Amino acid sequence: MADGFSPSRRRFLQVSSAAGGGLLMAVTLAEAGFAAEAGFAPNVFVHIAASGLITITAKGPEIGQGVKTSLPMLIAEELDAPWGGVKIVQADADQAVYGGQVAGGSRSIPNAWEPMRRAGATARAMLVAAAAQTWKVDPAALSTDAGQVVHAASGRRLAYGRLAALAATLPVPDPATLVLKDPKTYKIIGTPRGQVDAPAIVAGQPLFGIDVRLPGMVYAAFEKAPAYGAKLIGADLAAAKASPGVKDVVVLEGGSDPSTVVSGVAVIADSWWAAQRARKLLNAKWAAGPSAGQSTDDFAKQAAALFDLAPQGVARRDGDAGAAFKTAAKVVEARYSYPFLAHTPLEPQNCTARYRDGKYEIWAPTQNPEQGRGLIVRTLGAKPADVTIHMMRCGGGFGRRLANDYMVEAAAIARMTGGAPVKLLWSREDDMAHDFYRSGGYHGFTAGLDAAGRLIALRHHAIGHGARGADVNPGEIPGRAVENLEFVTSSVPGATPTGPMRAPRSNGMSFVYQSFLDEVAHAAGRDPMDFRIDLLRAAEDRPSQPPTQAAARLLAVLHKAREVSGWGRAQPAGHGLGVAYCNSYGGYFAEVVEASVDAAGKVRVHKVWMVGDIGRQIVNPAGAINQCQGAALDGISQALHQRITIVDGATVQRNFDQYPLLRMREAPEDIEVHWVLSDNAPTGLGEPALPPVIPALCNAIFAACGKRVRHLPVDLTAA
Amino acid sequence: MAYTLNINGKAVSVDAPGDTPLLWALRDTLGMVGTKYGCGVSSCGACTVHLDGLPVRACQQPLDSLAGKAIVTIEGVGADPVGQRVQAAWVELDVAQCGYCQPGQIMAATALLKSTPRPTDAQIDAAMSRNLCRCATYLRIRAAIRSVGGIAAAAAEMTEQHDG
Repeated sequence: MADGFSPSRRRFLQVSSAAGGGLLMAVTLAEAGFAAEAGFAPNVFVHIAASGLITITAKGPEIGQGVKTSLPMLIAEELDAPWGGVKIVQADADQAVYGGQVAGGSRSIPNAWEPMRRAGATARAMLVAAAAQTWKVDPAALSTDAGQVVHAASGRRLAYGRLAALAATLPVPDPATLVLKDPKTYKIIGTPRGQVDAPAIVAGQPLFGIDVRLPGMVYAAFEKAPAYGAKLIGADLAAAKASPGVKDVVVLEGGSDPSTVVSGVAVIADSWWAAQRARKLLNAKWAAGPSAGQSTDDFAKQAAALFDLAPQGVARRDGDAGAAFKTAAKVVEARYSYPFLAHTPLEPQNCTARYRDGKYEIWAPTQNPEQGRGLIVRTLGAKPADVTIHMMRCGGGFGRRLANDYMVEAAAIARMTGGAPVKLLWSREDDMAHDFYRSGGYHGFTAGLDAAGRLIALRHHAIGHGARGADVNPGEIPGRAVENLEFVTSSVPGATPTGPMRAPRSNGMSFVYQSFLDEVAHAAGRDPMDFRIDLLRAAEDRPSQPPTQAAARLLAVLHKAREVSGWGRAQPAGHGLGVAYCNSYGGYFAEVVEASVDAAGKVRVHKVWMVGDIGRQIVNPAGAINQCQGAALDGISQALHQRITIVDGATVQRNFDQYPLLRMREAPEDIEVHWVLSDNAPTGLGEPALPPVIPALCNAIFAACGKRVRHLPVDLTAA
Repeated sequence: MAYTLNINGKAVSVDAPGDTPLLWALRDTLGMVGTKYGCGVSSCGACTVHLDGLPVRACQQPLDSLAGKAIVTIEGVGADPVGQRVQAAWVELDVAQCGYCQPGQIMAATALLKSTPRPTDAQIDAAMSRNLCRCATYLRIRAAIRSVGGIAAAAAEMTEQHDG
């Protein structure tokens, strides 16, 4: 494999034993309560039992980004615990106890880097102090090694478990006195570690939200309006109730805000299939809602009209672009667009809820549990302390589960089941019809080149949708790299619910910037790689206020991408290389795609080179490479296939046959991942590797066949 | 009504309507939740199980069509030596990201490797393209199948030498 990751059999066995325990906890984590066991627990993240068992709590929502493994690795490293012998348990949601628990913005690693290492180092310092007291030696004479304190001078060793009782009586050291390890001595951080849940995943053990089973549990399906926010005006409740297995059919009043409980009908049955089958008999009727009559075709038409009007907002203005266009030797104009997209995590939205004695207990796959607690509090009138949330492994997130509409829906239904726990599950059709979509965007560009082919002026009119509008980062390069620049914005009114999707803003903006810059480079007769390097050098010379994007870091990854991809080499007929860069969510990426286009306009991706700078330390190279390769394929899938269309306020696509995702046969043979280790604190990887692959692909298509992709998804059969 | 199914080598009684898809009988009636729901329309492959050795979508198999058929699910595939090797390769190569599709991927890969112990890349892509991975772990899935293919082929060669 390109990533060279192949952990040994031995590691497989070690991980198996560790994760086996984690699995059991996942099923009964509410009841697990390891803290009740006697032992040493200097903080909520570390517990060492007298038996020697070391338990580390993984605090964040696991959505496939690997934090159930990588955050405990930070703790285990500074604790000097033997990784294979550590038991990892998932924390419940409790921000007051664990600190932030959000899987968003690729913030897990940067937020945890310092505190998680300190949690481990605190425990280690106290175990060393306990050993020093036991042996009556200077703590400075002691070291630690794989779960033991070592006195090198006498050759004595004591396992952490033997020291747990004494360590538990010692004062927690002043944080200022803690000495964190020299990274050169790391044994866990920076080494490839398989996911702690891997053995349970491959055995089909219950891990995910959808897998939760409780005694006396019933199942629910929830029927709501296909057009957002429309109110129920009629349904055949009796027909649904008469269907086999159905226990109850209840109308939820709900409101028209899609982020919480909306108007609809819950069908409660003894299996989800029975609920879903009965639901089809409801024949529900809906009033016209706030999105009635709206369509994506109409949004595009309105955007086209807005390009000819004065923009509604200004995000950045430097110099005088209008004047510069008049004196430019060459003016390049183009309009770009990208569609609305659905998140479609493969595990559809679901939540299991129990309402008893005024208290809610929730089992949910969520990226953002505290937001869900707040929704239940506000919508259903609970007290925060009366809502317990167990975070289940998420079968994908991609930003969809930052919203907790399905959680509050399940909580509302749980009030109707006489105390029985209820598992609410959305069908795939529900999931695709009731998303907070990545908003479509419409972008107009004008560039002015001087006689030497220098970019002297740039105007970008970004048009977004609804109240969120166009999401422009004024610090984004080409901002500050061009003397005369205008970033202006407008918005098309609309009620389609939108929200963050993996690398929000950048997942679309990188496509339009990096594709248009490619056009401009070609218009200037320049090599697209050289043109970008010059542009970044210009940005480097003009520091931004406040500094947002480090041009030097982008230059470093771009130079490396040029080198590893063999940029400039001759390509076979019909093949082309394309390049793009992007800084988003703390990471700096340059990517090169090799693609070919056949006579029928079919695109094939042959290879991708990804170069990332996410700081000085890659915490878990195995997971990091997987994230990058997955991000590349996610981006390619979006570029080649994905589009949500809205007609009369409702989503047209309802399942994967209408909203195709990339399949294995379309995946390139190889995706090389390279790192530039810069002197910056480590940052996350869920997002920043994705955005540039889309324009790199589109630029490769141009290089291969001379067709410029200005609208996604790619369709080379169109004129 | 009650149906008797042969699941992972055991006779299991399921009391549910005859049109209930195997997927929901497994998940909700029998509590075997390793088989996953992703689309319900035979498009994603998350619910792949083996029916008389062939990979099928459990969301499309009504209970009343399964009499006398041998059903193997992700919970039982490890009893098969090929299935066990596939599961081990998945862990060894750290294939999963979210992991939700992987039971279906493993069932599809095991069916492929049992019928074609040393698949070509084209055979791998053809057999596995009915299974979606939203995290797009396709490169590692390919690598894991190749690695099992290699191991399986080596074992077969050793057997041939002994036999010869």
